[in-house]
Amino acid sequence: MLAFLVQRISQAFLVMFVISVIAFAIQDGLGDPLQQMVGMSVSEEEREALREEMGLNDPIVVQYLRFAGNALQGDLGNSYFYSKPTLEVIAEHLPATLELVIGASLIIVVFSVPIGVYAAIRPQAWLSKFFMGVSTVGISIPVFLTAIMLIQLFSIGVTVNAFPADTGWGQWLNGFFSTEGGLPSYGRGDNLTHLFGTWHSGFFSEGGLMHLILPSVSLASIMLPLFIRLIRAEMMEVLQSDYIRYARAKGLSAGRINFLHALKNTMLPVITVGGVQIGIMVAYTILTETVFQWPGVGLMFLEAITRSDIPLIVAYLMVVGLIFVITNTLVDLIYGLVNPTVKLTGKKA
Amino acid sequence: MTTATVSRWDRFRESFVWYSFKRDKVAIASFVVLLLMVLAAVFAPLLAPTDPYDLAQINIMNSELPPAGLAGSDPAFPLGTDAQGRDLLSTILYGTRVSLMIGFGAVLLQSVLGILFGLLAGYLGGKVDAVLMRIADVQLSFSTLMVAIIVGAVFKASFGNLMFGEIAIYMLIFIIGVAEWPQIARTVRASVLAEKKKEYVDAAKVMGFSTPRIMFRHILPNTLSPIFVIATVQIANAIISEAALSFLGLGMPETQPSLGSLIKSGFDYIQSGSWWITLLPGLVLVVLVLVINLLGDWLRDVMNPRLYKG
Repeated sequence: MLAFLVQRISQAFLVMFVISVIAFAIQDGLGDPLQQMVGMSVSEEEREALREEMGLNDPIVVQYLRFAGNALQGDLGNSYFYSKPTLEVIAEHLPATLELVIGASLIIVVFSVPIGVYAAIRPQAWLSKFFMGVSTVGISIPVFLTAIMLIQLFSIGVTVNAFPADTGWGQWLNGFFSTEGGLPSYGRGDNLTHLFGTWHSGFFSEGGLMHLILPSVSLASIMLPLFIRLIRAEMMEVLQSDYIRYARAKGLSAGRINFLHALKNTMLPVITVGGVQIGIMVAYTILTETVFQWPGVGLMFLEAITRSDIPLIVAYLMVVGLIFVITNTLVDLIYGLVNPTVKLTGKKA
Repeated sequence: MTTATVSRWDRFRESFVWYSFKRDKVAIASFVVLLLMVLAAVFAPLLAPTDPYDLAQINIMNSELPPAGLAGSDPAFPLGTDAQGRDLLSTILYGTRVSLMIGFGAVLLQSVLGILFGLLAGYLGGKVDAVLMRIADVQLSFSTLMVAIIVGAVFKASFGNLMFGEIAIYMLIFIIGVAEWPQIARTVRASVLAEKKKEYVDAAKVMGFSTPRIMFRHILPNTLSPIFVIATVQIANAIISEAALSFLGLGMPETQPSLGSLIKSGFDYIQSGSWWITLLPGLVLVVLVLVINLLGDWLRDVMNPRLYKG
């Protein structure tokens, strides 16, 4: 176990090192800090002197070590656009993204477990087939398109008048297919509660929660089909195993077998895979936040790209890389703890 | 003399793949829809009423016309027009063409990379295997979309907007191909590991064939069916990734739009009620990805390979 722990943690450091090298290469290759600082009128000699003073003429290894040293002390440079430390900018935007991810995760957990379990217990029922069909379609719809459709349906609203309005059933059908709209689709609203530090939360006011609905449903929509399929597949495999057959032979009730014995063993792999998937959600937050102008780190990153705000891009990469590495290492360690058959060479069993 | 040689076509018609295809209505329907879409995309210059790349054919006065059947529509534009006055039907046809080109191109690139690295890792083993698969693991744990977004962002920042727009199609093929090679490499490696223990490989070794020859002529053909299955699904993934990148402004420019950049350009007008500019290309994108995914599901059931899923 100790060897496994050491191996995983040293690997995490190695990955973090590679990420920092990539981030440094981006900073070094894209940004000329001198150009950002001085105007056209500065002579070549002065530029050279400044270059020397800032250490831009040092060997690349020395420059990298300085970059890494500063990064370890929490200094990733200043954002060009916000003109304050990049980590401060990220800290201001992170709570919005975290609340979005929490909202989406809640939706995923509440819906995927019952649907997945049901589809595994009754694979032939039409409702299961319906859910599996919907999840195949769901996987094929990109997250930004789901978001746009949600905005059209629930924010702008749809008026249908394709059916004859002078008949009762026509009016009813028109009303049935039309939607009111009115849900907010832009930003987080102004009614935020200050929790601590840079965390302003939308969870404690009606306005904040209303703003959270559409973005978190969109973000959940891309992961929900994956989780339903995963839970169904794991549960079906568990239901085939010997101990379930023994429990059935023993005459235990179906509910007890399914929900106490089978579900427990289903959830272990689901939780570990789920941990990794939550990390992957970061990529989708960029898309969701763009559609809803949600002021989180994803939107901040995209704006940094359009503004060529290199220090902020680099800082985002480092922070997101760190989040990924920590989640993946934790998930691996938990998996190693709960599943002793995991091989020390690293492959998941 | 009776026909001693059976043609490839006859062999195909007697195969299990053809047999199960004939019996699966979903597979047939998906295949027909996909074929129609590919044909429409290939012959877009012949089918499209106007050329969306030709500025001379565009009239800004025609902008934001709704599709036929709605109030204010123009019979010349059956699916309406976008904000620049381009015929939406033509733009969608050309956009499907761009999306399909990038999808196929990216999968071709990732197949070449994935097969090469997968074969090397699986057959040579040892250090090569450890290094290649570690890289694949790390890259996959970051999610392919994230890698693609970061590489796209860096390219866009270093090439500048204009230059990036001109070579966007090759850039996107490169970005998506490089971001997604681990998927194929892992599948190939898994089947190579199973194949290389078999007798025919030992026989080839004893006969003194070179390592590259054994790898590419003997082992590779036996690993093709899982590659085929995963490559099909990967085309759908590549098309979605391309659409996502274009939607974020890291992909095709509006002058040469893919389905993703059409959705993006329409999204700016959805609040003013012009839903068709964004939702019609979106519908085409969803149908395209859905039929490819359904075909992929069917292929997986038929060929039933041991897919490596991490």
